[in-house]
Amino acid sequence: MRFAELTVAGAARRLEGPLLFLERTVDVGLNSAVEVLGGDGSRRIGRVATLDEERMVVEVLESTAGLALGDTRVRVHHNPLSFGVGPGLLGRIFDSIGTPIDGGPPVAATEFLPVSGPSINPAFRALPRDFIETGISTIDLMNSLVRGQKLPLFSGGGLPHDRMATEIAQRARLVGEESGRFAVVFAGIGVSHDTAQSFREAMEETGAIGRTVMFLNRADEPSAQRLLTPRYALTAAEHLAFNEGLHVLVVMTDMTNYCEALREVSASHGEVPSRKGYPGYMYSDLASIYERAGCIKGLPGTLTQLPILTMPADDIGHPIPDLTGYITEGQIVLDRELDRRGIFPPVRVLPSLSRLMSSGTGEGYTHPDHPALANQLFAAYARATRVRVLASVMGVEGLTPVDRKFLQFGDTFEERIVAQAAGRTLEDSMRVGWEILRALPASELTRLSRKQIERYMTAAHG
Amino acid sequence: MSEAVVRWASGPVIRARTRGLFRSYEALAVGELGLLGEVIQLDKDEIVAQVYEDTTGLRPGDRVVGTGLPLSVRLGPGILGRIFDGLLRPLEGATDFRLAPGGLREAPAKFPFEPKVAVGDMLAPGQCFGEVPGRRAHRCMLPPGPGGRVLRIAAQGEYGDREAVLELDDGSGTPRAVALAHDWPVRTPRPSAARLAPNAPMITGQRILDTLFPVARGSRAALPGGFGTGKTILQEALAKWCDADVIVYVGCGERGNEMAEVLDEFPALEDPRTGRPLMERAVIIANTSNMPVAAREASIYTAITVAEYFRDQGQHVALMADSTSRWAEALREVSGRLGELPGEAGYPAYLSARLAGFYERAARVTTLGGDEGSVTIIGAVSPPAGDFSEPVTLHTKRFVRCFWALDSERAKARFYPAIHPLTSYSEDAVRVAPWWQAHGNSEWGTHREAGEARAHGAHRRQGRAAARAAGGAHLRRPRQRGPAQAVVLLEGGPLLLAQAAGRDAQDHRALPRPRRARGRRGRRAGADRRPAPARHAVAARRGVRRGPARRHRGPVAGDRRCVPSDRGRRR
Repeated sequence: MRFAELTVAGAARRLEGPLLFLERTVDVGLNSAVEVLGGDGSRRIGRVATLDEERMVVEVLESTAGLALGDTRVRVHHNPLSFGVGPGLLGRIFDSIGTPIDGGPPVAATEFLPVSGPSINPAFRALPRDFIETGISTIDLMNSLVRGQKLPLFSGGGLPHDRMATEIAQRARLVGEESGRFAVVFAGIGVSHDTAQSFREAMEETGAIGRTVMFLNRADEPSAQRLLTPRYALTAAEHLAFNEGLHVLVVMTDMTNYCEALREVSASHGEVPSRKGYPGYMYSDLASIYERAGCIKGLPGTLTQLPILTMPADDIGHPIPDLTGYITEGQIVLDRELDRRGIFPPVRVLPSLSRLMSSGTGEGYTHPDHPALANQLFAAYARATRVRVLASVMGVEGLTPVDRKFLQFGDTFEERIVAQAAGRTLEDSMRVGWEILRALPASELTRLSRKQIERYMTAAHG
Repeated sequence: MSEAVVRWASGPVIRARTRGLFRSYEALAVGELGLLGEVIQLDKDEIVAQVYEDTTGLRPGDRVVGTGLPLSVRLGPGILGRIFDGLLRPLEGATDFRLAPGGLREAPAKFPFEPKVAVGDMLAPGQCFGEVPGRRAHRCMLPPGPGGRVLRIAAQGEYGDREAVLELDDGSGTPRAVALAHDWPVRTPRPSAARLAPNAPMITGQRILDTLFPVARGSRAALPGGFGTGKTILQEALAKWCDADVIVYVGCGERGNEMAEVLDEFPALEDPRTGRPLMERAVIIANTSNMPVAAREASIYTAITVAEYFRDQGQHVALMADSTSRWAEALREVSGRLGELPGEAGYPAYLSARLAGFYERAARVTTLGGDEGSVTIIGAVSPPAGDFSEPVTLHTKRFVRCFWALDSERAKARFYPAIHPLTSYSEDAVRVAPWWQAHGNSEWGTHREAGEARAHGAHRRQGRAAARAAGGAHLRRPRQRGPAQAVVLLEGGPLLLAQAAGRDAQDHRALPRPRRARGRRGRRAGADRRPAPARHAVAARRGVRRGPARRHRGPVAGDRRCVPSDRGRRR
C-alpha cells in the first residue's frame, strides 16, 4: 500500500505561502503524504490539508521558494506521513524528516509508522513507577524522574540547559537488572550547529552514541520542518520502546523553537491567533507530542520525555511554559541567580516539581526513607528562603538562633545539594542530604519520624 | 435514514451534499469507518458537520449516514466501575493500546434481570420496573416518555441491554417497548419532577472545605488554579472521600498518566461506607489531551448526562470535571475552524452561555419516580499563567456557588490542599448551616463565621504588621532605610500576613468538629497525601482549642509561605 503512489503534473493552480492549491485529479484522502517536486527535481514533503470536489490543498512542509505552477509535479502517497523503522536505528543520525545525515545507508525499514503517532488508550496505560537515576541530586533526590514520565526543563537563554541535558543523556541509568535496556533519542529542534555538534561529541566521548538516535533540525532549516522533528524522533522512540522493548529517554531541545514554528505556520494559514499570537490549538498540538510518553500494560519498554524549553524573558507565565506545564508531569526550573553564583546545575528547587515522584520513590522503588528526606529538605529550604527575606530586612543579628541556623542551611543546601561537580548516585545524594540536615536542631525536623531522626541525625551514621 | 456525500473536508470539519432530511445537531456516521460526527450547520442542500474522530483518509465522495437522533449515549446497566471515552464508548474493550478511529465498540453483554412489576400494573416515567442484581443493584427506571399499563414484562433471567424486557400500552395504539438501556441526547438535560433547593452539605472529607467553604448537594463549585497547584490531586481526593453515592470523573483534555493513576488507585481503595472498592461507585470518562478535540467538547455533556441518569435512580452524584478550561478551549478550537467571529481571548461569544447551561444541570431534584437525587458539579479551571481574570475563570465564577481558589505559593511550599482562605468563598454556607444544626452541631454557623472573620482579620492586620516591621528596620539600620522599607513593604508585609493567616488557618482546624459518625473520613483524606498537616491537626484538635494566638512550631507552620498573589481581589 505504501508504494501505491501517483504523480500529478500540471495541476497546480495557486501557491500561497506554504499552501499549494491543485486541481483534484487523483482520489486521495485527507492527511495523505505528498512529495512536491520542483522544476529542478528538488523534493519537498507535504500533506493533503483540505479536499473538495474540484480542488485539493497541499500544505508544503518545507520552503516553497523556487516553485513554479507550470512545472511543479506532485507525487501522492496513499498513507499519512510515515517513518520507516527497523533494526539498526541506534547509533544513527537523521535530519528532521528522517533522512540519514551521517553518511550511512538508509535504515532497512521493517515497518512504516505514521509520524503523527497513535493516541494511547488511557485504559492501556500502566502507571509509571520505576525510578531513573539522572545523576543530578536536585532531580533524583528532590524531583525524581520515573520511567514513562514527561518532565521538562524550564530554562532561559544563556542558561546551561544543553550541558545539563547532555549530562543526563550520558549518565542516566536505570536502577536494577534492566540497566542494559536503555536508549536515548535526541531531537534537536531548531538548534544551532554547534549545539548539535557538541551533543554528538559528548555522546561519542562516553561511548553512549551506540545507544543513541539523533534527529537534527538546525536553526537555518525551514520552520515547517521543525514541526516534524519531534514527531519523527518520537516515532523512532516508540519503535524502540514498544516494538523492541527498550527504556527510551527522549531529549527534545528546544521546544520554544517548535512553538515559534507553530505560530509561524499558523499565521501563514491565516488562522485566528490566541494568546501572544500563538494558535488556539497549541495546547492540543503540544499534547499530541508530550502525551506520547508513557508505559503500556503488558509491554516491556517505556518512553520517557525530557523536553527542554527556554522561557522567553524568563517568564514562567508565557504561553509556552504555561501550556507545557499543564500537560507535563511537573517541571524542573533553572535559575539565573544560581547560575550567576556559579552553581551548576542551577536548579531552582522550590518551583520545581515531579508529579509522579510519589509513585516511583520509597519502599520497593528507591529507599524507604527517600520521600521523607525529600519532604524535609523541601520544608527546611522553603523556610531558609523565607528567613533570607527576613534577614535582608532585619539583618542577621535580628534573627532568632534557630532562624540563623536555617539561614546557614539555605547556603549549605545550595552549595552541597544543588551544586555538584560530577554525577552522584541516589545513595550519595541521600547521604549528603542527611549530613546537611544534621546542622538543624532535631526538634525542627518535623517531616521525619523519631526513628529516622535517631537513625540518621547522629554523627556516627553514614 | 438520510444520506449525504462528502463534498469538502478539512481537519475535523466536513461539508456534505444531502439526500434527505438532516436535522441540526443530528449524529452522523461518516465514511467507511463510520466515524461519529454531528451536524452543526445547515445550508440549502448542504450540511456542515464536525467529526469526533481522526479524519485521516477521508475524501470527497465518502458516504455520510444520519442516525436521526442528536448525539446520544446509551445509558443502562454496566456503566458503573468502568472507563469510557468522551462519547461513552468503553476503553478497556479495545484490542490494541493505539486508539484507532472507529475502533471502539461496545461488546454485547447480558445482564441478570429481576422484574418488579406485573402485567396490568400502571407505570409512570421514572418509576422502577425491575432490577439488575449484583454487588450494587441497578434499578431499571422507565425512561422519560409516556407511561401506561404493563402489557408484558420479561421473566427473571439474563437479557441483553437492547432486548425489550417491558411493553407498555401508552395509549398510542402501538405498545412502547422498553429495554434495559436507552439512548439519551447528551445536550438535553434529563427531566425531573421538581427542582429542590440544595439544603444538605456534601461532605468532602477536606477539612478546609467542610468547615469554611462547604458545598451543598446539588450545588456547583469551581476549583481554579495554575499548574502544579494540585487541582487534579484535590479532585481525586474529593472523588475518593466525598460522601456521594456515585462519582462521575471526567478527564477532559488532561494527562493520560493521571487516568492511569485513577485506574490504578480506585480499585485498590476501599469505600469507607460500603467496604467495597471505590471503583465500584465510579464512572471514568477519559478524553485525554491527545484524543480528538471535538470529542473533548462532547465529553463534558456525556459526563453530566451519565450523572443525571444515576440521579434519576435516586442517588446523590458528584461530577468531577477536570478541566473545564480544556473544554472551553475545545469550543474555541472548533469555533475557529468553523470561522465564527471570536469573542474575548479568541473564545466564541457563546462561551458564557455554554458554561451557564452546563453548571445549571447541577441540581437537587425530586425525580420523576418520586425519589430524591442530586448532581453536584465540581469543575476544575486551569487559568493560563494562574491569572483568574481570564474569560473561563470569570464566567465560571458567575455561575458557581463555591469558589475554591488554589494558590501557587502554598503549593510551592508543598502545602496541600493549597486552597487560599481569602480568595475562596462559598455561598452554600448559609444553606447548609440548618443541616448542621439539625445534626447535632448547633453552633456550626457561628463558628464558621468566626473562623472566616479571623482569616479576614489577619488580612487587615498585615498592613499594621508591615508598618511595624518597616519602622523596626528603620530604627535598626538607618542607612539602608530606603531599600529596607521597600523590601518590607513588598515582601515583608505579605510574609507577616502569611504567618498571621497561618495561625488563623490553624485555628480553623481547631473548630469543634461535627459530631457525626463519618467524621473519621476527614482524617483519612488528610492522611492520604499530606500526612504531616493531618498529624498536626489531630494534635490541634486534642490540645488547646482556639486559645490565644500561639506560635506554632508544628510541621505546617514550618514550611508555610502563603503569599497571596491576588489577595483581596474579591473583597
